[in-house]
Amino acid sequence: MNPPARRRSLFTGLAFASPWLLGLSLFTLYPVAMSLAYSFCDYSILSSPVYIGLDNYQRLTSDDLFWKSLRNTLWFAAFSVPLGAVVSLSLALLLNQEVRGRAVFRTIFYLPSIVPIIASSMLWLWIFNGQYGLLNYALTPLLDLFGARPPIWLADPNWAKPALVLMSAWGTGNTMIIYLAGLQNVPRELYEAASIDGAGPFRRFWHVTLPQISPVIYFNTIMGLIGALQVFTQAFVISGGTTDGNPGRSTLFYAVYLFDNAFYKLRMGYASAMAWILFVLIVLLTWLATRLAAKRVHYSE
Amino acid sequence: MPAPVASRSAVPVARFAIYALLGSLACLFLTPFAWMLATALKSAEQTAAWPPSFVPYAYYAPLDGVRTEVVRTAEITAPSVLVTLADGRRELLPAAQFDAATSSARLSRDAAPQPARLLRAVAPGEWRVTERPATFSSTAALRWDVLPASSIESTVAPRWENFSLALATIGGRSVEDVQGTVATTRSSGADSDVTFLTFLGNTLTVCLLGVVGAVFSNALIAYAFARLRWPGRDWIFAVTLATMMVPFPVLMVPLYGVFKDLGWIGTLLPLWVPAWFGSAFHIFLLRQFFRTIPEELSEAARIDGCNEWQIFWRVILPLSKPVLAVVALFHFLHAWNDFLAPLLYLTKRSTFTLAVALQNYQTQNGGTPWHLLMAASAVVVTPIIVLFFFTQKFFVRGIATTGMKG
Repeated sequence: MNPPARRRSLFTGLAFASPWLLGLSLFTLYPVAMSLAYSFCDYSILSSPVYIGLDNYQRLTSDDLFWKSLRNTLWFAAFSVPLGAVVSLSLALLLNQEVRGRAVFRTIFYLPSIVPIIASSMLWLWIFNGQYGLLNYALTPLLDLFGARPPIWLADPNWAKPALVLMSAWGTGNTMIIYLAGLQNVPRELYEAASIDGAGPFRRFWHVTLPQISPVIYFNTIMGLIGALQVFTQAFVISGGTTDGNPGRSTLFYAVYLFDNAFYKLRMGYASAMAWILFVLIVLLTWLATRLAAKRVHYSE
Repeated sequence: MPAPVASRSAVPVARFAIYALLGSLACLFLTPFAWMLATALKSAEQTAAWPPSFVPYAYYAPLDGVRTEVVRTAEITAPSVLVTLADGRRELLPAAQFDAATSSARLSRDAAPQPARLLRAVAPGEWRVTERPATFSSTAALRWDVLPASSIESTVAPRWENFSLALATIGGRSVEDVQGTVATTRSSGADSDVTFLTFLGNTLTVCLLGVVGAVFSNALIAYAFARLRWPGRDWIFAVTLATMMVPFPVLMVPLYGVFKDLGWIGTLLPLWVPAWFGSAFHIFLLRQFFRTIPEELSEAARIDGCNEWQIFWRVILPLSKPVLAVVALFHFLHAWNDFLAPLLYLTKRSTFTLAVALQNYQTQNGGTPWHLLMAASAVVVTPIIVLFFFTQKFFVRGIATTGMKG
């Protein structure tokens, strides 16, 4: 390209991209940079930030609630991400069979994922109710066989997180649709070839399906992980609209404690340090997953 | 929809198993919705009934000879007696606390005996029923009786009025006020003209203004990345993709500062204006689609003398309606469902969106009137579900695209 044409193309490109250049700078890059800067400051939004070096990070290392919120969040992610993967992939595999009414089933399984999280949290809070809840009504006769009593779920520190994991499995419709699309892209010939070689359904799944959809598994796992590490609303609702992480701080998740520091305690520098630790954690986990995936994920051309 | 790849199972048993599994899972996934609706149609006392039921009932029984709507307060499980005390009050007591020989009763196990007249013995299986209070928290003395189950009439009675009650109270009015049992009073500080419609209007404002901005701006931006060549394009696009990894908590604090400096805290602006400046996810989605449109179409238009804007507006956009619909739907859904951002930026009740209003409703009621909470939740959920039913092919196509490699 000659220089005038080059200048013209740059002008046109920048003109079309201009909303994003503004948006990217103002609503993403500037906040990211400022967040890093605040993390080294004592800052309460009411007064100007004061540089305090690594103090925020140092104080975090001895903050029990910080560690508790990190543990709670990792616990939640460690169970909800794999459970979500198993549920959504199983549903997708079922829907990938040649059955009548596939569209109807697909709609039913997808529906929960579009329910506003605030409404679904409220609904499950009611379903998990230890006294009048539907779930315990269903579980009681079953557990009676073993002489056990159902837990009181969201009122019991030991059962609140498992309850939230169960609840999250209900809303995996998005992931299911992505798996389904992945399954439908697997070339039919591969299954036929495997069948001719004498592979049964399980070996076909293991040796054909899984490698073929591995990029989708990789994508869904990363997205699921990033989402799970930011879990907030469910805990906020079951704590009655507070950041207490009830019951007994068992649902004091990372984002909840961060929110509490930033907007209730106005420790915005401290919260920014937490935010950057989360960011680095997400980047590290994504990098780790990519490393693992490099060996196992199979991209077909 | 592409043909399913799995071959038709030869074994009928296996096919039956798949249907059975799909059917029972479908029931499992739908049960919470059914429970939400069932609860929304119940009376307050029926939400606290055990065993729970999916059917909303009303009970009628003769009280003083008049058919009255009643609440089944308790089922009698042990032999009991119904007695009249000296002051004329009736009491229901365990049989052991009444002494027929001396015609005296103890009101509790350790209380002193007092004269009492036996009305009748009550057998296990009968019910104590109480007149259903006309209003939610009426304190008037209620009539009651003990009756055999056979004389209590139960009818299926969905209480649709729960919805109007929930919508009236979510705005901040008390149940008593709505039912007209107390003089209209308002707690100080409540904005008096805030109603459900305020929240609905706020939500629709945020959704619709955001959708228009998201569709227009993201298309424009994606066009720059997909169909134009310019220095720095690929570099900026790489940065764009990388920003998708930035968690919202990182942006939260500085964004609050930005909006505060702009004077936008407490207004709806932070919730829809940013949509006009693009979002990485939608730019990516649109770019993927724009790249599939043959370059020859643009070339032909260029030869006909169209400039880039005209190509964008007259050639690319008309061909991209399905994917633009996907962006519109995704943004609408996101804006309708978003909770954290409105919680952050909205400070006055008069600016609340439905999501925040719903949470606020839970707090202001102490989280117990489950029938009203579920009615309000159902009202917030229903528009999204209706929208989904009319547009589901766009949804499914759009989500499927997000998982595909670019």
